Amino acid sequence: MSRRETQRRMLLLGAFALLSCAGFVLSIAKGSVEIPLEEIWQALLGAGGGMHEQILMNIRLPRTIVAALVGINLSLSGAILQAIMKNPLADPHIIGISSGAGLAGIFVMLVLPEQGWLITPVAFFGAMAAALCIYILAWKNGIRPIRIILAGVAVSAFLGAGISALMIFYSDRVHSALMWMVGGLSARSWPHAEIIYPYTVAGFLLAVFGARHLNILQLGDEMAKGLGLRVELTRLSMTAVAALLAASAVSVSGLLGFVGLMVPHAARLMMGSDYRFLLPGAALLGMAVVMFSDTFARTAFAPVELPVGIIMAVLGAPFFLFLLRREL
Amino acid sequence: MLLETRNLTVSMEGKTILQDISLRFAEGKRTAIIGPNGAGKSTLLRALAALHSDYRGEILLDGENIRRIGRKRLSQRLAVLPQNVQAPPDTTVERLVDYGRFPYRSWFRSSDAKADREAVEWALFVTRLEEFRQRQVLSLSGGERQRAWIAMALAQRPKILLLDEPTTYLDIAHQLEVMQIVRQLYEEYHITVIMVLHDINHALQYADEIAIIKNHGIFGQGPPKEMLTVDTLAAVFGVKADIFINSRGDAILSPISIVK
Repeated sequence: MSRRETQRRMLLLGAFALLSCAGFVLSIAKGSVEIPLEEIWQALLGAGGGMHEQILMNIRLPRTIVAALVGINLSLSGAILQAIMKNPLADPHIIGISSGAGLAGIFVMLVLPEQGWLITPVAFFGAMAAALCIYILAWKNGIRPIRIILAGVAVSAFLGAGISALMIFYSDRVHSALMWMVGGLSARSWPHAEIIYPYTVAGFLLAVFGARHLNILQLGDEMAKGLGLRVELTRLSMTAVAALLAASAVSVSGLLGFVGLMVPHAARLMMGSDYRFLLPGAALLGMAVVMFSDTFARTAFAPVELPVGIIMAVLGAPFFLFLLRREL
Repeated sequence: MLLETRNLTVSMEGKTILQDISLRFAEGKRTAIIGPNGAGKSTLLRALAALHSDYRGEILLDGENIRRIGRKRLSQRLAVLPQNVQAPPDTTVERLVDYGRFPYRSWFRSSDAKADREAVEWALFVTRLEEFRQRQVLSLSGGERQRAWIAMALAQRPKILLLDEPTTYLDIAHQLEVMQIVRQLYEEYHITVIMVLHDINHALQYADEIAIIKNHGIFGQGPPKEMLTVDTLAAVFGVKADIFINSRGDAILSPISIVK
């Protein structure tokens, strides 16, 4: 590894980190009430007081933290999946996370609307169950990426039918479900941050530990085996890490699309495909992207607050087409 | 180091690919595995490299069953270059070769940086890629790229190198380059080479031992001059061949027609 190349990557990591800091400050300063920087500083040091501090500590700060954690989780999950599926268009949707979480979450929302607290844990189990299901369906003398993708499409279609059916049976209550389907961070607060952060920490550590293995996996299954990598075990365990990361994100933010596809790709274009750098890069960039997008979604059309999922889709769909033209 | 198969039988989805193969690959020799398409050559090589583990019989490395040798420990003694390899577009030659050190690294323990660097430098030197270390693998010509992959296998510091049709898709100059590297590995570094070859004349010139696979079994094993004759070509490939002597005094086989 040349020193110059390493230096360039470290600089990029630094730039992403600065971008994240900017996104963080902007996200807690902007909103229906503008809060000046000095007050933010005082409140964070615990020396503030009054209304602004209330808004900061109970609304803006937790929401911003949730946005950051969701961004990290979805980006890492996408980056891992792109390596193990060897497919540039792989993202958390493919391994069934979204459809599983979607059906389970919407079931709670529509059938047991007074049990709102159940949404997150149930969505989480739904996501894991769907991922497991797809894995079992795709298993035949080992795992082939193409079978996971096809099984993912089939299971997603099946679960999507369930979501549609639920929405028709309970059409009077569909509004909240719609917001969740789009993916948003509205009214996310400390309890949501508490749900997601252990997964972010554990997921990040496991992913970074696995970075060298992911690098080797990109050389093709046979070569990876020849170099002494246990290919099936690596693929299975890293899929589990990706599923945990994505499921915990989906369970607090709904079906927020495109982050897991877009961010790892953008990071790869800038930093290259060495996962030892790519994973931290994608985490920092994902954090920044979701914080900026959520701030924009909250403030651009005030007093109407858009779900951040709409912003991500507006950015993400053209990006997806760009990748399609470029790589396939 | 001796690699040996005993009654190796491989079947996939109910079809027999290899039947009762018992072969010995002597230490410090270059063995070429040849035979018609679909005879099971690549499967044999993949089984020897433990890439394919669904077989009956035994494969022994210095008398030890390779199933009982840990995956990484095996990769320190035996390197393989399969046919289908790929690398992300931004991979440089140096990084690719460094991946060859993977068997010496683990989750817990970082490897010996000095040994890693020496192995990488040696592999680049042997394959004459020192000038190319910062180039992206995908920007190289076919022959240079194949040398880069061979360099990665060499960075594993193997005693045995397994190559699956290393010259396929290369032009004749690059084919020669690759085969000369193979010769050098054997002559200067005493690495045992086992390779599947398509080109009978490469086998004749660059191997000390020929193993012919036909109809999923062994047709024969022996020195090139005995194994590669007009009669065996007729029996194994169904072609009638002439023999020429080239300007270096090597025998060259030239297929003339199909025999029925």
